[in-house]
Amino acid sequence: MKNKIVPFLVFFFFIFIFFVFYKSLNQTNIYTPNVNLNKNIPEFEAKIFKSNESFSSKDFKLNEYYLINIWASWCAPCRLEHKYLLELNDINSLKMIGINYKDLKLNAENFLNDLGNPYDLILSDDNGKLSINWGAYGVPETFIVFNNKIVKKYTGPLNEINVQEIRKILSQ
Amino acid sequence: MLPSVIGKYSLIFGFLISFPIFYYSFIDYKKSGNLDTKIISFSFLQLLFILISFICLIISFVISDFSNETVFNNSHTTKPLFYKIAGTWGNHEGSLLLWLLVLTLFVFIFLLTSKRQTKNYRILTTIFQQIIIFGFFVFVIKTSNPFSHIFPDPNEGLGLNPILQDPALAIHPPILYLGYVGASIIFSSALSATVLNYISSSWASHIKTWTYISWIFLTLGILLGSIWAYYELGWGGFWFWDPVENVSLMPWLALTTLIHCLIVLEKRTLLKSWVIILSITTFTLSMSGTFLVRSGILNSVHTFANDPERGIFILLFLFSLIILSLVIFFFFNKNQDRNSSNFFWLSKDTSLLINNWFMMYFLSVVLIGTLYPIFLDVISSEKISVGPPFYHKLIAPFLLFFLVAMAIGPKLSWIKSKFVEKFSLISFFGISLLLSSYLVFKLNIDFLINTLLLSTAFFLFLITFKDFFINKTKNISQKISHFGFALFILSVLLNNFLSSEIVTNLKVGESYDDGKVKIYLEKVEKFKKQNYESVIGYFDITDQKNKTEKFKPELRIYNQPVIITSEADIKTNLFYDKFLVINVVQNQNYFNLRYQFKPLMSWIWISVLIISMGGLTNLLYSRNEK
Amino acid sequence: MKKILIFLLLINISTAHGEIQNDKLKIEITKNLRCLICQGQSVYDSDSEFANSLKLVVEDKLNEGMEEEEIYIFLKEKYGNWILYDPELSKNTYILWILPLLLFLFGGAIIIRKLNLKKN
Repeated sequence: MKNKIVPFLVFFFFIFIFFVFYKSLNQTNIYTPNVNLNKNIPEFEAKIFKSNESFSSKDFKLNEYYLINIWASWCAPCRLEHKYLLELNDINSLKMIGINYKDLKLNAENFLNDLGNPYDLILSDDNGKLSINWGAYGVPETFIVFNNKIVKKYTGPLNEINVQEIRKILSQ
Repeated sequence: MLPSVIGKYSLIFGFLISFPIFYYSFIDYKKSGNLDTKIISFSFLQLLFILISFICLIISFVISDFSNETVFNNSHTTKPLFYKIAGTWGNHEGSLLLWLLVLTLFVFIFLLTSKRQTKNYRILTTIFQQIIIFGFFVFVIKTSNPFSHIFPDPNEGLGLNPILQDPALAIHPPILYLGYVGASIIFSSALSATVLNYISSSWASHIKTWTYISWIFLTLGILLGSIWAYYELGWGGFWFWDPVENVSLMPWLALTTLIHCLIVLEKRTLLKSWVIILSITTFTLSMSGTFLVRSGILNSVHTFANDPERGIFILLFLFSLIILSLVIFFFFNKNQDRNSSNFFWLSKDTSLLINNWFMMYFLSVVLIGTLYPIFLDVISSEKISVGPPFYHKLIAPFLLFFLVAMAIGPKLSWIKSKFVEKFSLISFFGISLLLSSYLVFKLNIDFLINTLLLSTAFFLFLITFKDFFINKTKNISQKISHFGFALFILSVLLNNFLSSEIVTNLKVGESYDDGKVKIYLEKVEKFKKQNYESVIGYFDITDQKNKTEKFKPELRIYNQPVIITSEADIKTNLFYDKFLVINVVQNQNYFNLRYQFKPLMSWIWISVLIISMGGLTNLLYSRNEK
Repeated sequence: MKKILIFLLLINISTAHGEIQNDKLKIEITKNLRCLICQGQSVYDSDSEFANSLKLVVEDKLNEGMEEEEIYIFLKEKYGNWILYDPELSKNTYILWILPLLLFLFGGAIIIRKLNLKKN
């Protein structure tokens, strides 16, 4: 009897492994940290682009929707998503804040002059620390904030579907 | 174009030859008389077709035939000739053709060189190997055909990743495959011998040659991969416990253990079942490695095309082979180990068992570390990373005992041993301990674990070195390999303890001086090359002995595809490496540089060469083995 | 006057010592962090934008007085467990750490059993 148990256990073990691998094949491997959802926005203070004033997390008003977009003039996908940001600018109730990531002021200005400026406010992140505070790791990334909580996060450039989603969130 | 067409049909013909091979093998099996030479002829024919196919693919790359989809995806007219050729096997489809080439080559050579073995054993081994070959043919033709046509013919290819344009990396796949695909013949042979109840001392002697060949190539293949990583990737390391590195290490661990077990089996007719399991495991690990790397499950520097469809196919194929092996093992294996009436704890037998025990532990650490994140992700959707700290923490303590066992084990005799060399062993250990304590103390690093590791490494080193002078030619191959291993561990440890690094930012004309090393950035040049833009920093580095050397690390910005690579300037000599990397800082006028001083780096490579030479010595002079 | 000088000297030495400690710690910590935009490199080894910014953040936190563990917790909160190369012992990773050790003991038990059988 004992001699039969070992083969059976071994077989079942391998069948189990097979199913785990099979399932994992169907999962995508792109890691998008979703840990920030429904967390509070980070405490921070940052310089406003081209001025000496600063803006801090305390300046976020309640009951207002904010869109935070991390971008840079040297980032190619940022160019692609820019038109969607301009589209979203139509929504009056949405305050758009851009975080200019590791960029030269001149290049950033040229970028906005060429493609348009959808932002109500632009913050400078010269050393990348602010973006890390927000839990971003590349450009572009976009956050939707409401009542000091991160409601939605997009890693990578925005697309049509994302824009629809954002409109939907705002209309609630 | 023509080579592609010839290649495609040659591949199909090779596939069709499977059928006569199966047919004639089945008919001839269990019949009396000599082996039907048709089987050998057809095996040769199959090898020939694959070879023609492979050569046609090479030609397609060389002439830049972009109507061939594989060439289009992986080549470019501006690539140097050597890398066009190497590009043949540097991609998914081509590498599978290489798999088929090695599979068919090895079984053909097996048939030629196994004339003294029984006919049924030879036929059955051919059949099992042909099952593997058949599966790969189907996989290649159906999902990974290197000869698919695209229309209209593009003028230019998509280019190959420039990081892969390196000599070490160019020959790394063929050498590695001879190792790990070569393990297929051990697999087929073990299954065949199990069915025929032929697992014995004479089978062990016969299969040992194949095991050594596979092992030598695997060792060299892994060495080449590490050398490439060190010279090309620019971070100064050579092993990162990256999943794809682990996947080549695991068959190596299993194969090394198998070699030790075959010694036992040959000598003492013991461990039969375990030998079968190890033989199956080695090739299974090779195939699983292929699966993991090509299916998109693993995320790493090395991953080939991420294609789940291919993944499912390999998964099914792999598990079919596993189930087949398990069925054969449980059904046919009769545990008939010779029962020795004498048994003593202090013997070579026991020390080899301990070797197995520890090796399997190391294998399980690497296996679990590599696969666990996949399992966790599937079962609970949590993503974790398992990196170097995990492997170091679990391996280091056990390595201590393992090194000591390696020093003592080979000195014991079979069955029973008198511990005659007690005195010299203890004194050597004492010397090692003192030496290591002193060194660790001076270096001001974590005391306990480092002292122990260094002591046991020194101990093994001294013992294996001394062993060369006793009984000079007896067991020479084991002495060489074990010495090589001791040297390897010692080099890695000392390199780790004694290396230093400087990271700083400099503008042109500025210097960095910390009293020990002075780094001066003389100038920076930028210019355009054929398919990249180059930024070279000219540095003068003065070391403690007031010797100044000129360094020219380079940054390359490729355009096809867009990739930035760092070409470190590495000055190597026998005692140390000096390693300098430059980096552009976004939007700034200064440059970031990383200078590393790495003692004993060359010894890490040399020691692995020595390890593989031990294996080679055995193949050439196997009379003196005991 | 002399007392002030000595005082300043002592502070200088202790902060210098503190700085060296922090430097060593920064290296250790960044070696344990995964560069999220690289394919298999630690933050220490990488020179990507993300890695460089993260090195600054780690330095800041160390200077603020944060312990190594606290920095890991801070980063795990932002990026998830994936950013750490050392899989810390948690309910998700017990099996990861224990399984090899269990297998080792299991192997040992089998060997002892087989050897005892032989002896008798």
